[in-house]
Amino acid sequence: MKTLVPPKFRVERDPERCIQCQVCVNQCTFNAQYYDAEDNLVRNREENCVGCHRCASFCPTRALTISKNPMEYKENLNWKPGDIEDIWRQAESGGMLLTGMGTDKSYPIYWDHLLLNASQVTNPSIDPLREPMELTTFLGRKPDRVHVNPESIQLETKLAPQVKLDVPVMFAAMSYGAVSLNVHESLARAAANMGTLWNTGEGGLHETLYKYGKNTVVQVASGRFGVHARYLHAGRVVEIKIGQGAKPGIGGHLPGEKVSADVALTRMIPRGTDALSPAPQHDIYSIEDLTQLIYALKEATNYTKPISVKIAAVHNSAAIASGMVRAGADIIVLDGLRGATGAAPKVIRDNVGIPIELALASVDTRLRQEGIRNQASLVISGGIRNSGDVAKAIALGADAVYIGTAALVALGCHVCQQCHTGKCAWGICTTDLALTRRINPDIGSQRLENLLRGWSLEIKDILGGMGINALESLRGNRLHLRGVGLSDTELDILGVRMAGR
Amino acid sequence: MKEMLKINNPHNDDKVIDACSIFGAMDVSGKSFSGTGVIKAINNMHDRSNGLGGGFAVYGLYPDYADHYAFHIMYLSEIARHQTESFLKDNFYIVHDEKIPTKITEGIVNPPLFWRYFVDIGKQKPEEITDDDYLVGKVMAINTTIEDVFVFSSGKNMGVFKGVGFPEQIAEFFRLDEYQGYLWTAHGRFPTNTPGWWGGAHPFSILDWTVVHNGEISSYGTNRRCLEQFGYQCTMQTDTEVVAYALDLLVRKHNLPMELVAKVLAPSFWNDINRMEDGKRELLLTLRQVYGGLLLNGPFTFIIAHEGEMIGLTDRIRLRPLTVGEKGTMLYLSSEESAIRLISPELDNVWTPMGGEPVIGRLGKPLPSHKELVGTLR
Repeated sequence: MKTLVPPKFRVERDPERCIQCQVCVNQCTFNAQYYDAEDNLVRNREENCVGCHRCASFCPTRALTISKNPMEYKENLNWKPGDIEDIWRQAESGGMLLTGMGTDKSYPIYWDHLLLNASQVTNPSIDPLREPMELTTFLGRKPDRVHVNPESIQLETKLAPQVKLDVPVMFAAMSYGAVSLNVHESLARAAANMGTLWNTGEGGLHETLYKYGKNTVVQVASGRFGVHARYLHAGRVVEIKIGQGAKPGIGGHLPGEKVSADVALTRMIPRGTDALSPAPQHDIYSIEDLTQLIYALKEATNYTKPISVKIAAVHNSAAIASGMVRAGADIIVLDGLRGATGAAPKVIRDNVGIPIELALASVDTRLRQEGIRNQASLVISGGIRNSGDVAKAIALGADAVYIGTAALVALGCHVCQQCHTGKCAWGICTTDLALTRRINPDIGSQRLENLLRGWSLEIKDILGGMGINALESLRGNRLHLRGVGLSDTELDILGVRMAGR
Repeated sequence: MKEMLKINNPHNDDKVIDACSIFGAMDVSGKSFSGTGVIKAINNMHDRSNGLGGGFAVYGLYPDYADHYAFHIMYLSEIARHQTESFLKDNFYIVHDEKIPTKITEGIVNPPLFWRYFVDIGKQKPEEITDDDYLVGKVMAINTTIEDVFVFSSGKNMGVFKGVGFPEQIAEFFRLDEYQGYLWTAHGRFPTNTPGWWGGAHPFSILDWTVVHNGEISSYGTNRRCLEQFGYQCTMQTDTEVVAYALDLLVRKHNLPMELVAKVLAPSFWNDINRMEDGKRELLLTLRQVYGGLLLNGPFTFIIAHEGEMIGLTDRIRLRPLTVGEKGTMLYLSSEESAIRLISPELDNVWTPMGGEPVIGRLGKPLPSHKELVGTLR
């Protein structure tokens, strides 16, 4: 059927500059350019262009410009081009629309309505170049108090397992299969070198990466792919995945095409078969079932590792989170509306869940009201773009954050939202061996380490400006935040005052 | 004074910000001395305050009533006094009460009425509650439910005197040169808000604990929310209140020795903790992991006192001054050395402690030397 959907992009090639070297043809995985041998010209199939810029980035003579297709529809504030084209796509395919990455809708980004404080006159700001500035964070369950023998000054309290982070930013769950082994290795090495954690996602841990176990969160999701005793023991934290911000209430589907021999081995499924993660965990139909799984995992790992539980931020997150803490979770992960995915139904990605800022604020507040905030660490993910977002998240009450998209962008991702196609031209979200070689773990890990180092320096500057020299003094310190352009209700939920107050 | 928060901070800002002069003097042999020297010393740092608050705490103050809780109460109206006294009669046995003697002093404008009561805890107290908890609950009840009254001192054999004015004016007003005590702390205040409320001056006190404080707690929001989890409601919006509650929690409820409390409020850096020997490392690591929400961040110096003990403490990187002086059995803590030298020119020892290193004077214990102090923590 002929598609009515017009090309999104124009590929303009400067004939003066083009030398017909065909680098663009080789780099494009979407078949948007081809070499016409008869005319000795490189030509376009613009309808295939996804705007990933791989060709333009690698063009040796900078002959290529990718621009938006200027074709205009009759102006209509109700029927926007995307709405019309989605209908065409479904009329042509008869299926659900699939997509990748986080939602691109214009839901409010509360980070951009929150402003940080700084010291003036009454207290000095602290210069991180001259004074110690501490970002160290420990994730894990904390008791209400410490018992010390007053006579001998001996410690009598033994803490539950704690995990030390040198920087409060971890790499979010992205499974082997969704992303390539080289991406996993880049994340693992960067996490190990920077003193933080990376997360296997639900696809198991490749044999070659067990050596990074001390910096690894091993995930246990509804499909139980790659979960076995050695896997659990290898990780520093075991994470039960209940939900994901990009697709709350929805399971996962790794198409058989992406299940290569290595992926099959790691996931413990036959090669080429679809890897289907059920929507719920079929042994968790209620909160008491979660307790059982948490304690099953604690038993299996001899109570040596914190157990994390990850949920999508949904309407009643606060009540759910409270139940999770009481069920024994040592770490709670909230993944917000803008969280990304390797593949999800577009209607779910764009319409289900709530913004992470509001979920974080209400969960932190609720856990404090119930006096159980110290019993679990709170980690958030879904839409962290820079160190300012990290600082604001911590001030709202997070212990640490996960970054997924930001980490992939550091590796070269251009957020073109084609993750679900398996054709990622940047070699990130694919298992095609020819493409995965586009990520070199030596360079990839370096880029990720650089990002974390840069953010660390920036967070230290932010802290110093506030006159604070330890991250724990910013945690939940909402007095260091002010809101702009927010309603009273939004300010109330966020627990911050309007700027000027 | 239902709306204490509004009285203390009329603009309803985050918190009251103030800078200050602080001074403490203790005779560790327990010998009482008059307030004359302390008044002279705090007056020497006149320029560190701006006339919007001064106060003193005196220990060993009421030897004749040493076993009774001594309430110092300020009233803005006679009605408030009648209401409060009937509340006190309902909940305590009043051994003795009297007006606190004052005199007309230049610069002291429109003072409240001051009264003191020596009380015993009566049979009304439910058995399952400790005396201290009962008393704290009743003090909170008076301060939050009766209008125009504020209980600003409630410990045994000690008392707080404070108000709006320069410290030397407050001393004259309360005739403090006529009192004797073995431990005195003093405070001159420089608030950036202008509350002009007598209850907002330092020392801040609950039971026999007092705190005088120079500084601003930048971690106030974190500390306050941490304390809320333990049932403390910070209503006064002063960071000093946070310190008082943190002490109550750590010392009275969690039973930690003062040396470790100092390590909670001003913990060692992670890197330093990592370098310590095993037992100490584990202890300080655990304390910091569990009590991270009580780390006091930002510039501060405190002088904390309670029966038989005076503690000086600065923030971890000592952004506010503290000088320690020793002469025989006398221990002095001061914002400025000059104030100590003025009343005790020939000191045996004088030094500036490291950031976060507590200086502790205890009754009946000879003062340890500077070097020993550094090593107190096992």
